Amino acid sequence: MDNLNLTQHTSHRFNEELEDVRNRVLQMGGLVEQQVNNGLKALLEFDSELGEQVVNKDHQINAMEVEIDELCTQVLARRQPAASDLRLVVMVIKTITDLERIGDEAEKLGRVAISLSSQSRRPAYYAELRHLGEHVKAVLRDTLDAFARMDVNAALKTAKQDGDIDREYDTLSRLLISHMMEDPREVRNILEVSWCARALERIGDHANNICEYVVYLVHGKDIRHTQSRSE
Amino acid sequence: MSTYTAPPTPSTESAATTAEAPDLDAQLASFTGTVGDVRVADAKMSMTDVDVHYGTAQAIHGVSLDLGKNEVMAMIGPSGCGKSTFLRCLNRMNDTIEICNVSGSLTLDGEDIYDRSQDVVLLRARVGIVFQKPNPFPKTIYDNVAYGPRIHGLASSKSTLDDIVEQSLRRASLWEEVKDRLDKPGTGLSGGQQQRLCIARTIAVSPEVILMDEPCSALDPIATAKIEELIDELGKNYTIAIVTHSMQQAARVSDRTAYFHLGRLVEVGVTNDIFTNPTHQLTENYITGRFG
Repeated sequence: MDNLNLTQHTSHRFNEELEDVRNRVLQMGGLVEQQVNNGLKALLEFDSELGEQVVNKDHQINAMEVEIDELCTQVLARRQPAASDLRLVVMVIKTITDLERIGDEAEKLGRVAISLSSQSRRPAYYAELRHLGEHVKAVLRDTLDAFARMDVNAALKTAKQDGDIDREYDTLSRLLISHMMEDPREVRNILEVSWCARALERIGDHANNICEYVVYLVHGKDIRHTQSRSE
Repeated sequence: MSTYTAPPTPSTESAATTAEAPDLDAQLASFTGTVGDVRVADAKMSMTDVDVHYGTAQAIHGVSLDLGKNEVMAMIGPSGCGKSTFLRCLNRMNDTIEICNVSGSLTLDGEDIYDRSQDVVLLRARVGIVFQKPNPFPKTIYDNVAYGPRIHGLASSKSTLDDIVEQSLRRASLWEEVKDRLDKPGTGLSGGQQQRLCIARTIAVSPEVILMDEPCSALDPIATAKIEELIDELGKNYTIAIVTHSMQQAARVSDRTAYFHLGRLVEVGVTNDIFTNPTHQLTENYITGRFG
Protein backbone atom coordinates (compact mmCIF):
# COMPACT_ATOMS: atom_id res chain seq x y z
CA MET A 1 0.00 0.00 0.00
CA ASP A 2 1.72 3.17 -1.09
CA ASN A 3 -0.90 5.88 -1.34
CA LEU A 4 1.64 8.31 0.12
CA ASN A 5 4.03 7.54 -2.74
CA LEU A 6 6.73 6.84 -0.20
CA THR A 7 8.78 5.01 -2.81
CA GLN A 8 8.86 7.77 -5.40
CA HIS A 9 11.50 10.16 -4.13
CA THR A 10 14.43 10.95 -6.37
CA SER A 11 16.62 9.88 -3.46
CA HIS A 12 16.30 6.14 -2.93
CA ARG A 13 17.81 6.35 0.48
CA PHE A 14 15.11 8.80 1.53
CA ASN A 15 12.52 6.28 0.29
CA GLU A 16 14.14 3.62 2.42
CA GLU A 17 14.28 5.81 5.51
CA LEU A 18 10.59 6.71 5.37
CA GLU A 19 9.62 3.11 4.61
CA ASP A 20 11.72 2.00 7.55
CA VAL A 21 10.01 4.49 9.87
CA ARG A 22 6.57 3.37 8.71
CA ASN A 23 7.36 -0.34 8.99
CA ARG A 24 8.68 0.05 12.50
CA VAL A 25 5.52 1.87 13.58
CA LEU A 26 3.47 -0.99 12.13
CA GLN A 27 5.66 -3.45 14.02
CA MET A 28 5.27 -1.46 17.23
CA GLY A 29 1.51 -1.32 16.67
CA GLY A 30 1.41 -5.10 16.27
CA LEU A 31 3.27 -5.60 19.52
CA VAL A 32 1.05 -3.13 21.37
CA GLU A 33 -2.08 -4.87 20.08
CA GLN A 34 -0.72 -8.21 21.25
CA GLN A 35 0.02 -6.77 24.71
CA VAL A 36 -3.51 -5.41 25.06
CA ASN A 37 -5.05 -8.70 23.94
CA ASN A 38 -2.87 -10.71 26.34
CA GLY A 39 -3.36 -8.28 29.20
CA LEU A 40 -7.12 -8.53 28.83
CA LYS A 41 -7.00 -12.31 28.46
CA ALA A 42 -4.83 -12.63 31.58
CA LEU A 43 -7.26 -10.46 33.50
CA LEU A 44 -10.43 -12.24 32.41
CA GLU A 45 -9.00 -15.73 32.83
CA PHE A 46 -7.08 -15.12 36.08
CA ASP A 47 -3.90 -16.13 34.25
CA SER A 48 -1.01 -14.78 36.32
CA GLU A 49 1.60 -16.33 34.07
CA LEU A 50 0.29 -14.46 31.03
CA GLY A 51 0.03 -11.35 33.22
CA GLU A 52 3.73 -11.69 34.05
CA GLN A 53 4.55 -12.01 30.36
CA VAL A 54 2.69 -8.80 29.56
CA VAL A 55 4.44 -6.90 32.35
CA ASN A 56 7.85 -8.18 31.26
CA LYS A 57 7.32 -7.30 27.60
CA ASP A 58 6.46 -3.63 28.10
CA HIS A 59 10.11 -2.58 27.95
CA GLN A 60 10.22 -3.76 24.31
CA ILE A 61 7.55 -1.21 23.41
CA ASN A 62 9.41 1.52 25.26
CA ALA A 63 12.61 0.66 23.40
CA MET A 64 10.79 0.81 20.06
CA GLU A 65 9.44 4.25 20.90
CA VAL A 66 12.95 5.52 21.59
CA GLU A 67 14.29 3.92 18.41
CA ILE A 68 11.59 5.35 16.14
CA ASP A 69 11.93 8.76 17.78
CA GLU A 70 15.62 8.70 16.97
CA LEU A 71 14.94 7.73 13.35
CA CYS A 72 12.43 10.56 12.96
CA THR A 73 14.91 13.06 14.39
CA GLN A 74 17.48 11.90 11.87
CA VAL A 75 15.06 12.27 8.98
CA LEU A 76 14.15 15.79 10.13
CA ALA A 77 17.80 16.78 10.48
CA ARG A 78 19.08 15.24 7.27
CA ARG A 79 16.16 15.47 4.86
CA GLN A 80 14.17 18.51 5.96
CA PRO A 81 10.99 16.77 4.78
CA ALA A 82 8.10 18.88 3.47
CA ALA A 83 4.39 18.44 2.84
CA SER A 84 3.19 14.81 3.18
CA ASP A 85 6.66 13.60 4.19
CA LEU A 86 6.77 16.19 6.95
CA ARG A 87 3.27 15.27 8.06
CA LEU A 88 4.26 11.59 8.14
CA VAL A 89 7.24 12.26 10.41
CA VAL A 90 5.24 14.56 12.70
CA MET A 91 2.33 12.12 12.96
CA VAL A 92 4.67 9.20 13.61
CA ILE A 93 6.33 11.06 16.49
CA LYS A 94 2.90 11.60 18.03
CA THR A 95 1.56 8.16 17.18
CA ILE A 96 4.37 6.30 18.92
CA THR A 97 3.76 8.32 22.09
CA ASP A 98 0.16 7.13 22.10
CA LEU A 99 1.21 3.58 21.28
CA GLU A 100 3.68 3.59 24.14
CA ARG A 101 0.96 4.76 26.52
CA ILE A 102 -1.38 2.04 25.27
CA GLY A 103 1.46 -0.33 26.12
CA ASP A 104 1.56 1.11 29.65
CA GLU A 105 -2.19 0.56 30.04
CA ALA A 106 -1.77 -3.04 28.87
CA GLU A 107 0.94 -3.47 31.48
CA LYS A 108 -1.54 -2.26 34.12
CA LEU A 109 -4.00 -4.94 32.99
CA GLY A 110 -1.22 -7.50 33.39
CA ARG A 111 -0.38 -6.31 36.92
CA VAL A 112 -3.99 -6.44 38.07
CA ALA A 113 -4.32 -9.88 36.46
CA ILE A 114 -1.46 -11.10 38.65
CA SER A 115 -2.94 -9.58 41.77
CA LEU A 116 -6.45 -10.97 41.14
CA SER A 117 -5.30 -14.40 39.96
CA SER A 118 -5.88 -16.00 43.36
CA GLN A 119 -9.63 -15.55 42.89
CA SER A 120 -11.44 -18.71 42.05
CA ARG A 121 -14.80 -17.58 40.77
CA ARG A 122 -15.60 -15.01 38.15
CA PRO A 123 -17.39 -11.97 39.62
CA ALA A 124 -20.70 -10.97 38.09
CA TYR A 125 -19.45 -7.69 36.61
CA TYR A 126 -16.80 -9.51 34.52
CA ALA A 127 -19.24 -9.86 31.64
CA GLU A 128 -19.39 -6.08 31.29
CA LEU A 129 -15.62 -5.80 31.62
CA ARG A 130 -15.19 -8.37 28.87
CA HIS A 131 -17.62 -6.48 26.66
CA LEU A 132 -15.74 -3.20 27.12
CA GLY A 133 -12.46 -5.02 26.53
CA GLU A 134 -13.63 -6.62 23.28
CA HIS A 135 -14.87 -3.26 22.04
CA VAL A 136 -11.55 -1.57 22.82
CA LYS A 137 -9.65 -4.40 21.15
CA ALA A 138 -11.70 -4.00 18.00
CA VAL A 139 -11.18 -0.22 17.97
CA LEU A 140 -7.44 -0.65 18.42
CA ARG A 141 -7.30 -3.18 15.58
CA ASP A 142 -9.31 -0.89 13.26
CA THR A 143 -7.09 2.04 14.21
CA LEU A 144 -3.91 0.18 13.33
CA ASP A 145 -5.51 -0.99 10.06
CA ALA A 146 -6.48 2.60 9.21
CA PHE A 147 -2.89 3.65 9.86
CA ALA A 148 -1.43 0.82 7.80
CA ARG A 149 -3.69 1.66 4.86
CA MET A 150 -3.66 5.43 5.41
CA ASP A 151 -7.44 5.14 5.15
CA VAL A 152 -9.11 8.38 6.26
CA ASN A 153 -12.65 7.05 6.07
CA ALA A 154 -11.81 4.05 8.22
CA ALA A 155 -10.01 6.35 10.68
CA LEU A 156 -13.02 8.66 10.95
CA LYS A 157 -15.38 5.74 11.40
CA THR A 158 -13.19 4.26 14.12
CA ALA A 159 -12.78 7.62 15.88
CA LYS A 160 -16.55 7.88 16.14
CA GLN A 161 -16.63 4.81 18.40
CA ASP A 162 -14.73 6.55 21.18
CA GLY A 163 -18.00 8.01 22.48
CA ASP A 164 -19.49 4.51 22.75
CA ILE A 165 -16.48 3.31 24.69
CA ASP A 166 -16.78 6.24 27.07
CA ARG A 167 -20.46 5.43 27.67
CA GLU A 168 -19.70 1.76 28.28
CA TYR A 169 -17.03 2.78 30.75
CA ASP A 170 -19.48 5.02 32.61
CA THR A 171 -22.02 2.22 32.79
CA LEU A 172 -19.42 -0.22 34.07
CA SER A 173 -18.22 2.32 36.66
CA ARG A 174 -21.74 2.72 38.02
CA LEU A 175 -22.13 -1.05 38.15
CA LEU A 176 -18.88 -1.41 40.06
CA ILE A 177 -19.92 1.24 42.57
CA SER A 178 -23.18 -0.54 43.26
CA HIS A 179 -21.29 -3.82 43.79
CA MET A 180 -18.99 -2.07 46.23
CA MET A 181 -21.95 -0.82 48.20
CA GLU A 182 -23.55 -4.25 48.24
CA ASP A 183 -20.45 -6.04 49.42
CA PRO A 184 -17.84 -3.84 51.13
CA ARG A 185 -15.48 -6.82 51.52
CA GLU A 186 -15.04 -6.77 47.77
CA VAL A 187 -14.06 -3.10 47.59
CA ARG A 188 -10.36 -3.79 47.18
CA ASN A 189 -10.86 -6.20 44.29
CA ILE A 190 -13.49 -4.05 42.64
CA LEU A 191 -11.19 -1.04 42.83
CA GLU A 192 -8.57 -2.98 40.92
CA VAL A 193 -11.12 -3.94 38.29
CA SER A 194 -12.17 -0.31 38.11
CA TRP A 195 -8.59 0.68 37.29
CA CYS A 196 -8.62 -1.87 34.49
CA ALA A 197 -11.83 -0.42 33.11
CA ARG A 198 -10.16 2.98 33.27
CA ALA A 199 -7.11 1.60 31.44
CA LEU A 200 -9.34 0.21 28.68
CA GLU A 201 -11.12 3.52 28.35
CA ARG A 202 -7.75 5.30 28.06
CA ILE A 203 -6.66 2.87 25.34
CA GLY A 204 -9.77 3.95 23.42
CA ASP A 205 -8.72 7.60 23.81
CA HIS A 206 -5.20 6.91 22.54
CA ALA A 207 -6.60 4.97 19.57
CA ASN A 208 -8.86 7.94 18.86
CA ASN A 209 -5.80 10.22 18.82
CA ILE A 210 -4.05 7.97 16.30
CA CYS A 211 -7.13 8.07 14.05
CA GLU A 212 -6.98 11.85 14.13
CA TYR A 213 -3.29 11.76 13.15
CA VAL A 214 -4.17 9.57 10.16
CA VAL A 215 -6.59 12.25 8.94
CA TYR A 216 -3.88 14.89 9.46
CA LEU A 217 -1.36 12.81 7.54
CA VAL A 218 -3.56 12.17 4.52
CA HIS A 219 -5.48 15.45 4.26
CA GLY A 220 -3.24 17.85 6.18
CA LYS A 221 -6.23 18.75 8.32
CA ASP A 222 -5.99 18.86 12.10
CA ILE A 223 -9.30 17.62 13.50
CA ARG A 224 -8.28 17.45 17.15
CA HIS A 225 -10.56 19.21 19.63
CA THR A 226 -13.22 19.81 17.00
CA GLN A 227 -15.89 17.57 18.57
CA SER A 228 -18.98 19.17 19.99
CA ARG A 229 -19.81 18.77 23.67
CA SER A 230 -23.21 17.28 23.04
CA GLU A 231 -21.78 14.22 21.35
CA MET B 1 -16.87 12.33 17.84
CA SER B 2 -15.37 14.39 15.07
CA THR B 3 -17.41 16.55 12.77
CA TYR B 4 -14.76 16.34 10.06
CA THR B 5 -15.76 14.68 6.83
CA ALA B 6 -13.24 13.66 4.24
CA PRO B 7 -13.20 15.83 1.09
CA PRO B 8 -13.40 14.06 -2.25
CA THR B 9 -10.10 12.99 -3.71
CA PRO B 10 -8.83 15.77 -6.02
CA SER B 11 -8.52 14.77 -9.63
CA THR B 12 -4.96 16.08 -9.73
CA GLU B 13 -3.78 13.03 -7.83
CA SER B 14 -4.09 10.97 -10.96
CA ALA B 15 -1.13 12.94 -12.26
CA ALA B 16 1.26 11.53 -9.67
CA THR B 17 4.61 11.17 -11.32
CA THR B 18 7.53 8.93 -10.67
CA ALA B 19 11.16 9.90 -10.42
CA GLU B 20 12.08 7.38 -13.07
CA ALA B 21 9.74 8.51 -15.82
CA PRO B 22 8.47 12.06 -15.60
CA ASP B 23 5.60 12.16 -18.04
CA LEU B 24 5.43 15.76 -19.25
CA ASP B 25 2.11 15.26 -21.03
CA ALA B 26 0.49 13.88 -17.90
CA GLN B 27 1.90 16.76 -15.89
CA LEU B 28 0.51 19.27 -18.35
CA ALA B 29 -2.84 17.48 -18.39
CA SER B 30 -3.06 17.85 -14.63
CA PHE B 31 -2.67 21.62 -14.93
CA THR B 32 -6.06 23.25 -15.26
CA GLY B 33 -5.27 26.76 -14.08
CA THR B 34 -3.40 28.19 -11.10
CA VAL B 35 -4.45 26.81 -7.73
CA GLY B 36 -4.74 29.40 -4.95
CA ASP B 37 -5.37 33.10 -4.77
CA VAL B 38 -3.18 34.99 -7.23
CA ARG B 39 -4.69 38.34 -6.19
CA VAL B 40 -4.06 40.22 -2.95
CA ALA B 41 -5.93 43.13 -1.39
CA ASP B 42 -3.12 45.69 -1.64
CA ALA B 43 -1.12 44.81 -4.73
CA LYS B 44 2.12 46.64 -5.45
CA MET B 45 2.57 44.91 -8.78
CA SER B 46 -0.16 43.12 -10.66
CA MET B 47 0.43 40.76 -13.57
CA THR B 48 -2.36 39.36 -15.74
CA ASP B 49 -2.16 36.69 -18.45
CA VAL B 50 1.55 37.15 -19.05
CA ASP B 51 2.94 35.20 -22.01
CA VAL B 52 6.65 35.24 -22.85
CA HIS B 53 8.09 33.91 -26.08
CA TYR B 54 11.74 33.44 -26.99
CA GLY B 55 11.37 33.51 -30.77
CA THR B 56 8.78 30.84 -31.44
CA ALA B 57 9.30 29.01 -28.16
CA GLN B 58 6.87 29.95 -25.42
CA ALA B 59 8.51 30.18 -22.00
CA ILE B 60 5.62 31.56 -19.93
CA HIS B 61 1.99 30.57 -20.42
CA GLY B 62 -0.68 32.96 -19.17
CA VAL B 63 0.68 33.70 -15.70
CA SER B 64 -1.34 36.00 -13.44
CA LEU B 65 0.07 37.01 -10.08
CA ASP B 66 0.03 39.92 -7.62
CA LEU B 67 2.92 41.05 -5.47
CA GLY B 68 1.49 42.62 -2.33
CA LYS B 69 2.90 45.66 -0.55
CA ASN B 70 5.67 44.74 1.90
CA GLU B 71 5.37 41.12 0.94
CA VAL B 72 8.14 38.60 0.34
CA MET B 73 7.13 36.33 -2.53
CA ALA B 74 9.22 33.24 -3.23
CA MET B 75 9.15 31.71 -6.69
CA ILE B 76 10.21 28.10 -6.85
CA GLY B 77 10.19 25.36 -9.47
CA PRO B 78 12.46 23.02 -11.37
CA SER B 79 15.12 24.36 -13.76
CA GLY B 80 13.63 25.81 -16.91
CA CYS B 81 10.18 26.30 -15.38
CA GLY B 82 10.19 30.00 -16.25
CA LYS B 83 10.50 31.50 -12.79
CA SER B 84 13.56 33.61 -13.63
CA THR B 85 12.07 34.63 -16.97
CA PHE B 86 8.95 35.80 -15.16
CA LEU B 87 11.00 37.66 -12.55
CA ARG B 88 12.93 39.47 -15.27
CA CYS B 89 9.70 40.67 -16.87
CA LEU B 90 8.95 42.63 -13.72
CA ASN B 91 11.58 45.29 -14.42
CA ARG B 92 11.91 44.66 -18.14
CA MET B 93 15.31 42.99 -17.95
CA ASN B 94 14.08 40.80 -20.81
CA ASP B 95 14.09 43.88 -23.08
CA THR B 96 17.82 43.29 -23.54
CA ILE B 97 17.10 39.94 -25.21
CA GLU B 98 16.12 40.71 -28.77
CA ILE B 99 14.02 37.62 -29.51
CA CYS B 100 12.14 37.90 -26.24
CA ASN B 101 8.53 38.98 -26.55
CA VAL B 102 6.39 39.77 -23.49
CA SER B 103 2.61 40.13 -23.70
CA GLY B 104 -0.14 40.52 -21.14
CA SER B 105 -0.64 43.18 -18.52
CA LEU B 106 2.06 44.07 -15.97
CA THR B 107 1.41 47.02 -13.69
CA LEU B 108 3.29 48.80 -10.92
CA ASP B 109 0.93 50.82 -8.72
CA GLY B 110 -1.64 50.41 -11.46
CA GLU B 111 0.61 51.82 -14.22
CA ASP B 112 1.47 49.64 -17.20
CA ILE B 113 5.24 49.09 -17.05
CA TYR B 114 5.35 48.07 -20.72
CA ASP B 115 3.68 51.31 -21.84
CA ARG B 116 5.52 53.25 -24.58
CA SER B 117 5.87 56.25 -22.29
CA GLN B 118 7.52 54.20 -19.53
CA ASP B 119 11.09 55.31 -18.81
CA VAL B 120 12.90 51.96 -18.41
CA VAL B 121 15.81 53.45 -16.44
CA LEU B 122 13.38 54.97 -13.97
CA LEU B 123 11.43 51.69 -13.81
CA ARG B 124 14.59 49.81 -12.88
CA ALA B 125 15.29 52.33 -10.14
CA ARG B 126 11.83 51.65 -8.73
CA VAL B 127 12.10 47.90 -9.29
CA GLY B 128 15.69 46.93 -8.41
CA ILE B 129 17.25 43.55 -9.05
CA VAL B 130 19.96 41.47 -7.38
CA PHE B 131 21.50 38.67 -9.39
CA GLN B 132 22.78 35.21 -8.63
CA LYS B 133 26.43 36.15 -8.92
CA PRO B 134 27.51 39.27 -7.07
CA ASN B 135 28.49 41.82 -9.73
CA PRO B 136 29.97 44.88 -8.05
CA PHE B 137 31.30 47.61 -10.38
CA PRO B 138 35.11 47.73 -10.61
CA LYS B 139 35.00 50.80 -8.41
CA THR B 140 35.43 51.58 -4.74
CA ILE B 141 32.90 50.33 -2.20
CA TYR B 142 31.69 53.91 -1.79
CA ASP B 143 31.25 54.50 -5.52
CA ASN B 144 29.41 51.22 -5.97
CA VAL B 145 26.69 52.42 -3.62
CA ALA B 146 26.84 56.08 -4.70
CA TYR B 147 26.54 55.26 -8.41
CA GLY B 148 22.74 54.97 -8.50
CA PRO B 149 21.95 58.04 -6.39
CA ARG B 150 24.40 60.06 -8.54
CA ILE B 151 22.92 59.14 -11.92
CA HIS B 152 19.38 59.57 -10.64
CA GLY B 153 20.30 62.90 -9.02
CA LEU B 154 19.09 61.80 -5.60
CA ALA B 155 21.81 63.62 -3.64
CA SER B 156 22.19 67.39 -3.78
CA SER B 157 25.38 67.51 -1.74
CA LYS B 158 28.35 65.39 -0.74
CA SER B 159 27.04 65.04 2.80
CA THR B 160 23.62 63.82 1.58
CA LEU B 161 25.39 61.29 -0.62
CA ASP B 162 27.55 60.18 2.34
CA ASP B 163 24.36 59.68 4.32
CA ILE B 164 22.72 57.62 1.59
CA VAL B 165 25.83 55.44 1.26
CA GLU B 166 26.06 54.87 5.02
CA GLN B 167 22.34 54.18 5.40
CA SER B 168 22.30 51.77 2.47
CA LEU B 169 25.34 49.89 3.77
CA ARG B 170 23.83 49.76 7.25
CA ARG B 171 20.55 48.39 5.93
CA ALA B 172 22.48 45.78 3.99
CA SER B 173 24.25 44.89 7.29
CA LEU B 174 27.60 45.63 5.69
CA TRP B 175 28.52 48.98 7.25
CA GLU B 176 30.42 47.65 10.26
CA GLU B 177 32.56 45.45 8.03
CA VAL B 178 33.49 48.09 5.44
CA LYS B 179 33.25 51.50 7.10
CA ASP B 180 37.06 51.77 7.38
CA ARG B 181 37.74 50.83 3.79
CA LEU B 182 35.11 52.59 1.71
CA ASP B 183 37.81 53.69 -0.75
CA LYS B 184 38.92 50.12 -1.44
CA PRO B 185 37.61 48.25 -4.50
CA GLY B 186 34.29 46.45 -4.08
CA THR B 187 35.70 43.47 -5.92
CA GLY B 188 38.12 42.89 -3.03
CA LEU B 189 35.31 41.87 -0.70
CA SER B 190 34.31 38.26 -0.01
CA GLY B 191 31.47 36.73 -2.04
CA GLY B 192 28.91 37.24 0.71
CA GLN B 193 30.05 40.80 1.30
CA GLN B 194 29.94 41.53 -2.44
CA GLN B 195 26.35 40.26 -2.58
CA ARG B 196 25.40 42.50 0.33
CA LEU B 197 27.21 45.36 -1.44
CA CYS B 198 25.02 44.71 -4.49
CA ILE B 199 21.95 44.78 -2.27
CA ALA B 200 23.19 48.07 -0.73
CA ARG B 201 23.64 49.40 -4.27
CA THR B 202 20.10 48.34 -5.12
CA ILE B 203 18.48 49.93 -2.08
CA ALA B 204 20.54 53.14 -2.38
CA VAL B 205 18.12 54.42 -5.02
CA SER B 206 15.13 53.75 -2.74
CA PRO B 207 13.39 51.18 -4.89
CA GLU B 208 9.84 50.12 -4.16
CA VAL B 209 10.26 46.54 -5.28
CA ILE B 210 13.39 44.37 -5.03
CA LEU B 211 13.76 41.35 -7.31
CA MET B 212 16.28 38.70 -6.32
CA ASP B 213 17.34 36.00 -8.74
CA GLU B 214 18.89 33.22 -6.67
CA PRO B 215 20.80 35.72 -4.52
CA CYS B 216 22.40 33.11 -2.27
CA SER B 217 23.28 30.27 -4.61
CA ALA B 218 26.95 31.31 -4.74
CA LEU B 219 27.23 31.94 -1.01
CA ASP B 220 28.23 29.89 2.04
CA PRO B 221 25.68 29.18 4.80
CA ILE B 222 26.80 32.07 7.02
CA ALA B 223 26.60 34.62 4.21
CA THR B 224 23.28 33.08 3.20
CA ALA B 225 21.95 33.50 6.73
CA LYS B 226 22.99 37.16 6.65
CA ILE B 227 21.20 37.76 3.35
CA GLU B 228 18.10 36.01 4.66
CA GLU B 229 18.19 38.13 7.79
CA LEU B 230 18.40 41.12 5.47
CA ILE B 231 15.40 39.91 3.44
CA ASP B 232 13.40 39.66 6.68
CA GLU B 233 14.40 43.20 7.54
CA LEU B 234 13.82 44.66 4.07
CA GLY B 235 10.49 42.84 3.75
CA LYS B 236 9.03 45.23 6.31
CA ASN B 237 9.40 48.18 3.92
CA TYR B 238 9.79 46.73 0.45
CA THR B 239 8.01 44.36 -1.82
CA ILE B 240 10.42 41.51 -2.52
CA ALA B 241 10.23 38.74 -5.10
CA ILE B 242 12.89 36.08 -4.77
CA VAL B 243 13.63 33.22 -7.13
CA THR B 244 15.38 30.41 -5.33
CA HIS B 245 16.40 26.80 -5.88
CA SER B 246 16.54 26.24 -2.16
CA MET B 247 13.11 25.25 -0.94
CA GLN B 248 14.24 25.61 2.64
CA GLN B 249 15.18 29.19 1.82
CA ALA B 250 11.78 29.85 0.27
CA ALA B 251 10.17 28.32 3.36
CA ARG B 252 12.30 30.45 5.67
CA VAL B 253 12.05 33.89 4.13
CA SER B 254 8.79 34.23 2.23
CA ASP B 255 5.24 35.16 3.13
CA ARG B 256 3.78 33.57 0.02
CA THR B 257 5.21 31.01 -2.36
CA ALA B 258 4.51 30.55 -6.07
CA TYR B 259 5.30 27.23 -7.71
CA PHE B 260 6.14 27.33 -11.43
CA HIS B 261 6.27 24.30 -13.68
CA LEU B 262 6.73 24.07 -17.47
CA GLY B 263 6.08 27.80 -17.83
CA ARG B 264 2.82 27.67 -15.87
CA LEU B 265 2.10 29.07 -12.45
CA VAL B 266 0.79 25.87 -10.88
CA GLU B 267 0.06 27.01 -7.35
CA VAL B 268 0.40 30.06 -5.19
CA GLY B 269 -0.36 30.24 -1.51
CA VAL B 270 0.71 31.20 1.98
CA THR B 271 4.17 29.71 2.53
CA ASN B 272 3.11 27.77 5.63
CA ASP B 273 0.39 26.00 3.66
CA ILE B 274 2.54 25.29 0.62
CA PHE B 275 5.19 23.55 2.69
CA THR B 276 2.90 21.57 4.98
CA ASN B 277 -0.10 20.86 2.82
CA PRO B 278 0.14 21.89 -0.84
CA THR B 279 -2.97 21.44 -2.94
CA HIS B 280 -1.62 20.47 -6.35
CA GLN B 281 0.10 17.13 -6.83
CA LEU B 282 2.85 18.76 -8.93
CA THR B 283 3.71 21.11 -6.05
CA GLU B 284 3.71 18.22 -3.60
CA ASN B 285 5.97 16.18 -5.86
CA TYR B 286 8.45 19.01 -6.27
CA ILE B 287 8.79 20.11 -2.66
CA THR B 288 9.05 16.55 -1.41
CA GLY B 289 11.73 15.69 -3.98
CA ARG B 290 9.65 13.25 -5.97
CA PHE B 291 10.99 14.12 -9.38
CA GLY B 292 14.35 15.21 -10.66
